[in-house]
Amino acid sequence: MLAPSLLVVALVAFYPLGRTVYQSFTNQQFLALEPTKWVGLDNYFGAAGLIHDTMFRDAIVVTVKFTVITVFFEFVLGLIIALVVNSNFRGRGVMRAVMLVPWAIPTVISAQMWNWMYNDIYGVLNDGLMRMHLIGRGVAWTAVHPLASVCVVDIWKTTPFVALLLLAGLQVIPSELYEAAAVDGASKWQQFWTITLPLLRPAILVALIFRTLDALRVFDVFYVLLGQRPPQSMAIYNQYTIVQAGQVGYGAAISVAIFLIISVFVVIYVTLLRVEKQ
Amino acid sequence: MSVAAEGAGRPQARPAARSRRLRRNPVMRFVRRLPFYLLLALIAVWALFPFYWALKSAFTPDIDLFKTPVEYFPSHATLTQFRQVLGSSFFLRALLNSTIVAGSVTLLGLVIGALAAFALGRFGFRGRSATLYLMLSMTIFPQIAILGALYTMFNTSLHAWFFTVHPLYDTLGSLVVSYMIFTLPLTVWVLTSFIRALPKDLEEAAYIDGATPLQAFRRVLLPLVAPGLVTVGLLAFIAAWNEFLFALSFIETPSKYTVNLAIVAFPPPSGSTFQTPWGQIMAATIVVTVPLIVLTLLLQRRILAGLTAGAVKG
Repeated sequence: MLAPSLLVVALVAFYPLGRTVYQSFTNQQFLALEPTKWVGLDNYFGAAGLIHDTMFRDAIVVTVKFTVITVFFEFVLGLIIALVVNSNFRGRGVMRAVMLVPWAIPTVISAQMWNWMYNDIYGVLNDGLMRMHLIGRGVAWTAVHPLASVCVVDIWKTTPFVALLLLAGLQVIPSELYEAAAVDGASKWQQFWTITLPLLRPAILVALIFRTLDALRVFDVFYVLLGQRPPQSMAIYNQYTIVQAGQVGYGAAISVAIFLIISVFVVIYVTLLRVEKQ
Repeated sequence: MSVAAEGAGRPQARPAARSRRLRRNPVMRFVRRLPFYLLLALIAVWALFPFYWALKSAFTPDIDLFKTPVEYFPSHATLTQFRQVLGSSFFLRALLNSTIVAGSVTLLGLVIGALAAFALGRFGFRGRSATLYLMLSMTIFPQIAILGALYTMFNTSLHAWFFTVHPLYDTLGSLVVSYMIFTLPLTVWVLTSFIRALPKDLEEAAYIDGATPLQAFRRVLLPLVAPGLVTVGLLAFIAAWNEFLFALSFIETPSKYTVNLAIVAFPPPSGSTFQTPWGQIMAATIVVTVPLIVLTLLLQRRILAGLTAGAVKG
């Protein structure tokens, strides 16, 4: 009964992964005239290898910047939203539904929605800011502030996911704790720091892990807003190398590097989670 | 500061005397809560405005859409954009393609995944938890890592004995195959935990009556797991529907575009300006998103459980 699943996994995940590693030691090119040769570690450490590739270095920097910025804002905004919709007020159910709307929209589509709002002439963002006299004339947002434009879309789209995870964490904190703290005269602010935040730690950790791993793989937002032009994320650069430029061997080396970078984060996080459990 | 404090505490936790006083004075209460309501409004606007803007643009005729200053409400609301989008074979074809791909991936994932989940959820055997972790590791598998390998695999034809498998490149089949990478682990994980939660007695009764494991699975367990199958099926469908990287890399012909590809590369209407047809793109966006929003709101808890499968159990 397990056989079909294992077969599929082997065929679509592990065989290609092994093949990628193998390709990374060759000079394979798509539709090349010369036969593919084994080049050892040249793709990694050779004269034209990864370690000398400034475009890849830029892509790493861009991706890390993107990850730090988006995860930070998604966490802070997500926490605020989770606290808000966890408190008692009329219309809470509606509010919980409203906050989820961005999350339901596929990344490509939400990026395209923002692309139109960012439009330099007819975009609502320019119009709104000009009406408020914050800018004098239209700004071509995705050209002038590419990374910021991409980050805003990602933050808009993914904050609800973080909020939902944190909300689930908030809901299991027993209310007796707050009552006891209130009796002892603790202010709301003190309650937040001494009860809410420590007890929310596991949920926070899970949210951060999922967001970091996702952000490191980012492709869709960058592609829709910026196309293939810089700043490129790691995945954009990799896809470009393989599909557009046809450099299969070199692209495979980039893939392996990305895989290793992400694995490092996975290992760190798994360790953190295990420590958390004990 | 009042922001965090409002959320962190429960109103019941307030000292009784103070809440009585506040209840007596609704004006004071409102003033005290005002920053909170402002915050609520801010969150709602932030979450909904881009969607509203797409909706507004979809109902605005081009002549009003491409002019400044921008209109915040459509003054000549029209269905033209929707009519054009739903009348264009390009977009309808993309809708059909996405449905075919996501539907096949979901069906395959459910059939294969349910069998595996039954084995993993019911039988103890060597390598059981190893298999589960293997599946889990695939959910954090960076798809980009195998792009090149899949790309070359899909571009070669396979000769086995007397028959030839044609290259999958630029066919919907390439997407069905590659999307299994994320749908199969999802179905296996969610269904395994679902099956484990069901009491064993029913199947044991079936075994006593002489049923084989496969019969027990089909006649007893499957009907019980049906709600789980529906949810995880929808999750797999949504995941496949939203995918972009593989679709962009493996599909070339516009008639084989999925919805996401179509929305990114919407062709300008023939004979008109070179401008990007934003009105039509926004109409297409609305057509695609509204069902997804409804689904997500209905399924939010299950989606979360599916996405974080394993993270909580460790």
